[in-house]
Amino acid sequence: MIETHLSLLLVVIPLIAAPIVAILPNGRLPWLVTLLVSLSCLVLAIMQLWNVADGSIISYELGGWAPPWGIEYRIDVINAFVALLVAGVAAVTLPYALLSVEKEIPTKQISLFYSAFLLCLSGLLGITQTGDIFNLFVFLEISSLSSYALISLGKQRKALTAAYQYLFMGTIGATFILIGIGLAYAVTGTLNMADLAARLPEVEATRTLQTAFIFLLIGVAIKLAVFPLHLWLPNAYAYAPSVITIFLAATATKVAAYVLIRIIFTVFGASLAFQEMHIHWLLLPLASIAVISASLVAIFQYNIKRMLAYSSVAQIGYILLGIGIASATGLTASLLHLFNHALMKAALFMALGAVLYQVGSVALQDMAGLGRRMPWTMAAFVAGGLSLIGVPLTVGFISKLYLILAAFEQGWWWLIVVVAIGSLLAIVYIWRIVETAYFKPTSHSNVTEAPLSLLLPLWLIVIANFYFGIDTSLTVSVSESAANMLLGGKP
Amino acid sequence: MKHNLILRVVSKILIPLIILFGLYVQFHGDFGPGGGFQAGVIFSSAFILYSLVFGLDTAEKIIPPPVLKVLASLGVLLYAGTGVASLLLGGNYLDYSVLAKTPLAGQHIGIIVIELGVGITVAAVMLIIFFAFAGRGRT
Repeated sequence: MIETHLSLLLVVIPLIAAPIVAILPNGRLPWLVTLLVSLSCLVLAIMQLWNVADGSIISYELGGWAPPWGIEYRIDVINAFVALLVAGVAAVTLPYALLSVEKEIPTKQISLFYSAFLLCLSGLLGITQTGDIFNLFVFLEISSLSSYALISLGKQRKALTAAYQYLFMGTIGATFILIGIGLAYAVTGTLNMADLAARLPEVEATRTLQTAFIFLLIGVAIKLAVFPLHLWLPNAYAYAPSVITIFLAATATKVAAYVLIRIIFTVFGASLAFQEMHIHWLLLPLASIAVISASLVAIFQYNIKRMLAYSSVAQIGYILLGIGIASATGLTASLLHLFNHALMKAALFMALGAVLYQVGSVALQDMAGLGRRMPWTMAAFVAGGLSLIGVPLTVGFISKLYLILAAFEQGWWWLIVVVAIGSLLAIVYIWRIVETAYFKPTSHSNVTEAPLSLLLPLWLIVIANFYFGIDTSLTVSVSESAANMLLGGKP
Repeated sequence: MKHNLILRVVSKILIPLIILFGLYVQFHGDFGPGGGFQAGVIFSSAFILYSLVFGLDTAEKIIPPPVLKVLASLGVLLYAGTGVASLLLGGNYLDYSVLAKTPLAGQHIGIIVIELGVGITVAAVMLIIFFAFAGRGRT
């Protein structure tokens, strides 16, 4: 029974757990339930990827209504891959959450915090499962609304403004997406993504369809924090509670990138997007500017969480570069980086969360001498930093390698230069922290190493950073077959 | 509490009617216009009127905020639980046809139960939002 309802259970289990957790008493019980839910989601996501890894497609009809009339969950290897990423990050973040949340969230809000976390998880998983574009919008709103609430729970008062700013931008993005869906519905009369893809070629030349596409593109670009629309992201990540920063940085933008890939390649098709609308002339320059300018801004940040947030904007640039190249290798690089960037940012933000837990600040000057005070945490930070830079044997190297290969195939030398400059700038901003942590005298005499429950998940992610950097068989084969499937070929 | 005699008398007459109308919209939703969301809003407006006229403290005695929190969760659980019930009875999620002997009766039961869930949650959440805003500045 679990086998047939797999894709549905992934969404419904956290959705049902959320209201239950909301009425549980504050304490450790809400955390325990959330942990169990996320672990079971991880198991389900692994089973699902196993089922579709051979290129088969699983379709699930909600309420027994046949598609394209009813809502359909349609799972292929791309969905399963992103779902596994979301469930995996949630399952690793939660053991970490116990102490971190107890320290950062007022006791009377703990059960509501976990309830919102579960809703966010359910929304993100829902986006990855659904094959209905309106249902996708609904899940996008579920995950966004709960993340606004989660960000506003940050300890500093600025968290409220950050959440409000995100709410503003996110709502504009959601409205654009909805307008785009409405226009596409107006010309085709269907909301099912596969059905849309089948019907759109008949109406390809119309102005309405092009407008729909642009609205969807801009809407998702806001959620994804594409370069000129990224201004909500640094504050939201900097002031959110540590656990939420880890979770959102590793999943929310990745799911938005998945939505972008889905809309461009599956729903509207590469020929409309690239041959008729020439969106690569929009994506590639913006992505290049994002890589260079966001990395430059990151160098001058003194709040390290904010610095990593700017680095996220730059990394989203790499994902967009792969999409903009629009070849099989380029898409492989994008999908790889989707996964790999989640791993490195999770490691870096977890290390910062441990610093915040022990020191109470993530300002650069407060990290002086921490290399000796918190050797394991800072070593993990350095490892994550190496991965971010793209040193061989780490995941960062793999995604940059594929990106450069894709650029090489097209003969676009300037793109290789952009990637190189981005990596050099990453060295600069990671080095600032290494220098402060290892070569400056400490100002804290009583700071000790972070507790084990923070270190274990952190090191698990760090090891994953190296494991998937050395044994790339899973990530590369899944990304390659996903990329071929997106470009309309056989997996 | 001695003032606004007319307001108090009129609202005491209106409140039962509003609640009755809310229930009508709720349970007539599968035949006519209406349904859980609208019914929940109408239902909660009766309580909002009550607390506007008789004061927040009196209203919170009738529906304490902790109860509202449980009700808000209960409605969602009722909705999701209906889906799980149809799963356990062998159908797909939210396939009401398997809930009763004939598919028609099943669809009827299913839509009424989930709309009830929606109604409970919407009414409770409307009141939570109202109490949260009206209670600002109180200790």
